[in-house]
Amino acid sequence: MTDPAPNPAIAVGAATDDRAARSTRTRKRFAAERRFRFYGLAAVLTAFGFLILLLSTVIGNAIPAFTYNYAQLPVELTNEKLTPENAAEFDFRKTVHAAQLSLFPDISDRAGRRLVRGIFSSGTPIVVRGEVAANTDWIGTRQIIPVPVSDDADLYLKGLVDTDLPESQRNISDAEIALVDQLVERGLIERQFNTIFFTNGASREPEMAGIMGALIGSLLTLSITLLLSAPIGVLAAIYLEEFAPKNRLTDFIEVNINNLAAVPSIVFGLLGLAVFLNFMEFPRSAPLVGGMVLALMTLPTVIIASRAALRAVPPSIREAALGIGASRIQTVFHHVLPLAMPGILTGTIIGMAGALGETAPLLMIGMVAFVVDLPAAVTDPATVLPVQIYMWADFPEIGFQQKTAAAIVILLLFLIAMNAIAVWLRSRFERRW
Amino acid sequence: MKTLLKTSASALVLAGAMATATAAQARDQIQIVGSSTVFPFSTAVAERFGQNTSFGTPVVESTGSGGGMKLFCAGVGEQTPDITNASRRIKAKEFKQCAENGVTPVEVKVGFDGIVLGSAKGGIELNLTRADIYGALAKNIEKDGKVVANDAVTWADVNSGLPAVKIEVLGPPPTSGTRDAFVELVMEKACAEAVEAKDEDLCTEIREDGAFIEAGENDNLIVQKLEANPNAVGIFGYSFLDQNSAKLRGANVDGNEPTFENIAAGDYPISRSLFFYVKKEHVGVIPGIEEFVAEFTDEDTWGPDGYLADKGLIPLPDADRDAIASDAAALKPLAM
Repeated sequence: MTDPAPNPAIAVGAATDDRAARSTRTRKRFAAERRFRFYGLAAVLTAFGFLILLLSTVIGNAIPAFTYNYAQLPVELTNEKLTPENAAEFDFRKTVHAAQLSLFPDISDRAGRRLVRGIFSSGTPIVVRGEVAANTDWIGTRQIIPVPVSDDADLYLKGLVDTDLPESQRNISDAEIALVDQLVERGLIERQFNTIFFTNGASREPEMAGIMGALIGSLLTLSITLLLSAPIGVLAAIYLEEFAPKNRLTDFIEVNINNLAAVPSIVFGLLGLAVFLNFMEFPRSAPLVGGMVLALMTLPTVIIASRAALRAVPPSIREAALGIGASRIQTVFHHVLPLAMPGILTGTIIGMAGALGETAPLLMIGMVAFVVDLPAAVTDPATVLPVQIYMWADFPEIGFQQKTAAAIVILLLFLIAMNAIAVWLRSRFERRW
Repeated sequence: MKTLLKTSASALVLAGAMATATAAQARDQIQIVGSSTVFPFSTAVAERFGQNTSFGTPVVESTGSGGGMKLFCAGVGEQTPDITNASRRIKAKEFKQCAENGVTPVEVKVGFDGIVLGSAKGGIELNLTRADIYGALAKNIEKDGKVVANDAVTWADVNSGLPAVKIEVLGPPPTSGTRDAFVELVMEKACAEAVEAKDEDLCTEIREDGAFIEAGENDNLIVQKLEANPNAVGIFGYSFLDQNSAKLRGANVDGNEPTFENIAAGDYPISRSLFFYVKKEHVGVIPGIEEFVAEFTDEDTWGPDGYLADKGLIPLPDADRDAIASDAAALKPLAM
């Protein structure tokens, strides 16, 4: 645009105009830059605002779930059929009902008894059984055992029930509220840390439902995924990057790996159903199968990340190693791989974090299931954290809304921990050239 | 890095060994699949069963009635489920499939489920007939002997006795059993009376122009959307109305309020039966099936004062319960 040899006569006359025009142009450019920075900052702030909104709602909903109201129940453990040997299987329902009624001596009619039973958790006999089985020397004595109140009574005690509403529109009746208030006045209600939530498996009663089963399930599933996808993925990446000849076949493989990384995860679930369950006859709902399906899903991620990490190691390292007489395998395993390890680990951990949040492929192989017993082995039926969240979100009882939020918080903590490890590994071991 | 190679190789061998070892292991807990409507009840029974007996707690999956039947009828053997839940009766086609694969289903009817049209407390108040619902939601209706697209915008357009509020209905998607039941119990019934030319699609198709909004399978989501929009009406199971009575109100249908008593008495018209089917071949092979059936058909479980009633299951009439419980205990095979 600019003329390399301007006419001096014109240039002199236009000098002041030109300077003014230039300064307007400069101002415009500066303004454009300021605008751009503002847009960028606005975008970041918007995203951050949504994140804060999301986290504050979830955490706000979750906080009540971490504590629970327990009632001090005086239990007579004097049934002659109860022995230290059978305590873990003993049916405590009658004992517990008698203990619950003993708190309200003036109630004797059938409807009243039902009402009393209704303010305690229906899982009370199970809680008592657990306590007695752990303390067999209690047998034959009278013990004060803290037991959870019912979910509706707990919501009332936490102030989450609108008592101004007419009785028919609440899940807790005036009569039940009166009984709960009586217990509060007598100092028998205590709000404690909700241990049940961290030690139990799934349950249909909000107060008996815990995250432990899903947590163990997630750990078992992810360990299978890690055991399978890390070695296979890393070896595949090493071969493709360091040894494989460049030809049509390896190009074809590379395109396919990149494609697989973008395949919807439910497809891997269908594959798992067809191959692992129907053909190889593995058990349904097992973390073993879940881990294998998720391993297939994370393999492309691990391979791509590992290849990128290997490629980032400068060729001079390989040349130097080969130059002093190392074989190709020595070059790779003694020099290239250790330098690429931080990148490989980061990629693997991010792949694992993706697998931790996955539910769709597990639907097909039966891990979206109601599992009460804690899984002890990779072949026991189990479920995983995101599935547990999904199922709690679907139950009608209002008490489950807090549990859902609390489970989300726990899943987020796990994800943050995994990503933090990835960041730490990168900053601790990464080398730049 | 030799160690890495060694670890990975041993990990592969280990995984392979674990896999072969498990294939031979016998299953010691019951596997249940099927309807998402029966799921909340089935899981409650499974949990109690696990607590009160020495058997393992059954594993319950929510696969939908159709998906459950497919798995259930796939054959006999511990790879296949022992029990399937259904929010409708087994179809003749499915029964045939079962028979071909050597599966003898034992039918147990467990109770009723009401489908309610609910709105937010303080929101729109409706007194509907099934013909009104059909008139508001059918994709095409018959006008003067001709089939035309439904152009009703407000409820008053359908029936002048109803409020002049825009029709906005949040309901389940076509994959849901609740949708099937709704179409069968409301749309087809009303259509049979309103339409002369009996065309199946005319009766079953629901509007896609925004008056009917597919809100997903999660009924809790519908409840939340209703709170946000007081003019919207949601279609969901009775148990959600029961649990959210502080926020929601059910619309009267054909003059009947959706209450526990009205559904149990059969007065409220939109209710369906819930079932589960037991694989007779697995009784005695997988431990605890008979005991599970006994727990489910116990008066403390499915009776009017049982714990399933607290979860929103509408119990069967007394005489039916006795007959079904004894048939179930005898494992009387289903005849079709």
